[in-house]
Amino acid sequence: MSSKNEMLDKIAKNKPPKNTLPELLSFGSGERKEWLEQFSASSALNGGTTIVVKSWEEIESYLKSKFDLDKQTVSLSPDLNGNLDIASILDPHDLEKVELAILEGTYGVAENAAIWMPEEKLAHRALPFIAQHLVVVLESKNLLPDMHEAYRKIDVAASDYGVFIAGPSKTADIEQSLVIGAHGPRSMTVFILDL
Amino acid sequence: MAKTITHAEAAEAFLKDADRTQWHDETLWHVRTKRDTAAQKLPEWEQLRENASKVKEYVLSHLDELLVTFEKNAKANGIEVLWAKDAAEHNQHVYEILQKHSVQNIVKSKSILTEECGLNHFLEDKGFDVVDTDLGERIIQFNKQVPSHIVMPAIHLKKKEIGDIFHTHLGTQQGADDPNYLTEAARNHLREKFINANAAITGVNFGIVESGGFVVCTNEGNADMGTHLADVHIACMGIEKLIPRKADLGVYLRLLARSATGQSITNYSSHFHRPRSGKKMYLILVDNGRTEQLGREHFRNSLKCIRCGACMNTCPIYRRSSGFSYNATVPGPIGSILSPGMDLKKHSTLPFASTLCGSCSDVCPVKINIHEQLYQWRQVVTEAGHDSAAKKWAMKIGGKVMGSPSLYDFLGKSARSALKLTPKKLVYSRVNTWGKSRDLPEPPKESFKEWYRKNRKP
Amino acid sequence: MKVALFVPCYVEQFYPEVGIATLELLEKYGVQVEYPLEQTCCGQPMANSGYQRFGDDASRVFMENFGDYEYVVAPSGSCTLHVKEHVLGESEVKVYELCEFLTDILKVEDVGVSFPFKVGIHASCHGLRGLRLAKSSEIVGDDFNKPRTLLEKVKDIQLVELQRKDECCGFGGTFAVSEEAISVRMGMDRLADHEDSGVEVITSADMSCLMHLQGLSKRNQHPVKIMHIAQILNGAKPS
Repeated sequence: MSSKNEMLDKIAKNKPPKNTLPELLSFGSGERKEWLEQFSASSALNGGTTIVVKSWEEIESYLKSKFDLDKQTVSLSPDLNGNLDIASILDPHDLEKVELAILEGTYGVAENAAIWMPEEKLAHRALPFIAQHLVVVLESKNLLPDMHEAYRKIDVAASDYGVFIAGPSKTADIEQSLVIGAHGPRSMTVFILDL
Repeated sequence: MAKTITHAEAAEAFLKDADRTQWHDETLWHVRTKRDTAAQKLPEWEQLRENASKVKEYVLSHLDELLVTFEKNAKANGIEVLWAKDAAEHNQHVYEILQKHSVQNIVKSKSILTEECGLNHFLEDKGFDVVDTDLGERIIQFNKQVPSHIVMPAIHLKKKEIGDIFHTHLGTQQGADDPNYLTEAARNHLREKFINANAAITGVNFGIVESGGFVVCTNEGNADMGTHLADVHIACMGIEKLIPRKADLGVYLRLLARSATGQSITNYSSHFHRPRSGKKMYLILVDNGRTEQLGREHFRNSLKCIRCGACMNTCPIYRRSSGFSYNATVPGPIGSILSPGMDLKKHSTLPFASTLCGSCSDVCPVKINIHEQLYQWRQVVTEAGHDSAAKKWAMKIGGKVMGSPSLYDFLGKSARSALKLTPKKLVYSRVNTWGKSRDLPEPPKESFKEWYRKNRKP
Repeated sequence: MKVALFVPCYVEQFYPEVGIATLELLEKYGVQVEYPLEQTCCGQPMANSGYQRFGDDASRVFMENFGDYEYVVAPSGSCTLHVKEHVLGESEVKVYELCEFLTDILKVEDVGVSFPFKVGIHASCHGLRGLRLAKSSEIVGDDFNKPRTLLEKVKDIQLVELQRKDECCGFGGTFAVSEEAISVRMGMDRLADHEDSGVEVITSADMSCLMHLQGLSKRNQHPVKIMHIAQILNGAKPS
């Protein structure tokens, strides 16, 4: 008998009496205005920075002031410029020297600052991890209160791969001291475009 | 055969270093308080726990059907699914995949299942370079140790010790112990490993039945760095990790990181549904004792575990004896109810490494009745005869005495008089373990019953 | 109201004053207390050691003594829990730990005693998480604490906040002996928490935890006093 059948037979023999599947949970979502504050606070706790802006120009000037844009910069946002043509990259290993990746987020979750990034928004799955710094632009109208709402809104199986990114790469494996920049981005900046 | 060291012996050895014990206790207690702060922010916390528990109960009671559907959906997504009834078969599957794709260099992200299966040693014996990429796991891999905690594998080490390990293995400056400096050294070292890896092995936090995908959670992003660069992704998953619906993740992701470290979510929650174009994705479904545990009525609920480690952080015994004292892949309270199912004799002292205080059960995000299962395992251990004959004898006598009111009164009185008459030196002799560090209560002149007869009973 | 008093074995033998305080306290609130003279022990020492089967005779004796009463009250959360979970079976006897009987059944409002001392409450685990005498720190929800509610009614008492308000003391029955090293360390850590907060008297609804803490404090010549909550509520003072 195959291992599969052996395992399934044992389960059939050993499993408890059938239980019913509970309904999905949903909670009051609070005020939209609070979501923005909540998102910023959560993002800071995760080790990231959230900046609320009114225009693309604001983002541009912030990026100029904070990053060396002469280094390899990939932008997947039509409104912001990079210097590396992502279409020219076929092998993700060639992203190794990327200094800054600028991405557009889909939905952001207020309770934990997680932003849903499906593969279509990444060009390469490796991009938001291999880059030294990560910038994500999110429209304020795409904020959701909590994870229950997020899974209601997003079909996470519609993309071959997708990830909730909530902050930069971090670790606390040495005596519980928080260190930002374990393997991936050393910083994550979220611009919330509040038009 | 060497005698298996008991938890009490291992704990006693750990406790000899009082300062380290205090440091270990306080470090983990700090994590527990962060968990409390995070949980207390959500008024719906107990509803989440209840729902997470009930969904897992549904999963366990439909596990066979759900696994079949999960496999079907995963295959339709282009994921190759393999079944492994035990650790050996799991390791063999991994080996064959690696051979098929001519893999030499492997990066791994944290997977307690592969620890359970002894995968690293198996592969290293076959000549593969296996690199654990979670920082904590890399530290203990250098140090030739196993994780002492399922979420914080190197929590038993001080930064000074990690500095020494890195000095030896990564050439960092001697005596340097700044966590930022050490992490940077690990980052540079591991980047190279990620770039050169042909295969990435990950664990699985949740397998989604309805969509045939799975979720992996990390803070470091190491699972993603590995899988998105390597040609082959092998995901190893215990069969109990299923959840029925995508939307169930809402509940579990809210609970998992808050329970584990007090974060609202891990920084990366990656949802894998289909491999990258032209690349391979394998999923190995592992039994290794789980179907047997499912058949144990008192213990099957242990399979609801989502491996958050909260029960370790809260356990007053774990905090003061460290993970190694359990001599098991999964230490702490949850390990003490899982491990006896794998090897009752070897792990026979673990159910007794508890005061049954119940903090583990109250902190558990999926409401596993851990302390009640510890109590039940104790009964199983003694029934199987894995207990000292002296204790059994004492308990049998104790039971007889308590079952006879006259004998009970007589012996109570005798014991009190004996205690009064015996010289202190003899009372606190070596055979009196209670009295090694504690005084005995002063024997009163009369028992309550004697007083009652005099003062109340006509 | 008629109540049967169950006095745990170690209280019967070593701490008769706790049994007496419980009896007098119940009588003070107008309860007719009966103490079945043939009682022994609930069987917990055997059961928690893995020998529940050897406690069967103790359970039988318990039911012979208490099976016909409506209410049984015991000055111990731990024994009460064991009886409820493993001894009562289908029986309709209602077993209460003393504090919960005072707050929930007698609904005591006035205790009429004074206790001008700094008091630390040791939350014994079985009462806390087994009987839910208080909300444990792990749980999210409305706060409540039955032993504390009673002590708050005592005049002149100063209840002290601890760093870890409901960490286990490490007694754990035979655990105190089988895992002696860790049990002692847990107890010393508990004592330190109370003493660092300036506690003069440690109290609890369970004398077993207190016996452990007292044994440690006496051996190490700590000045802190140990009293069962029934003694404080009954007007006793530290000796």
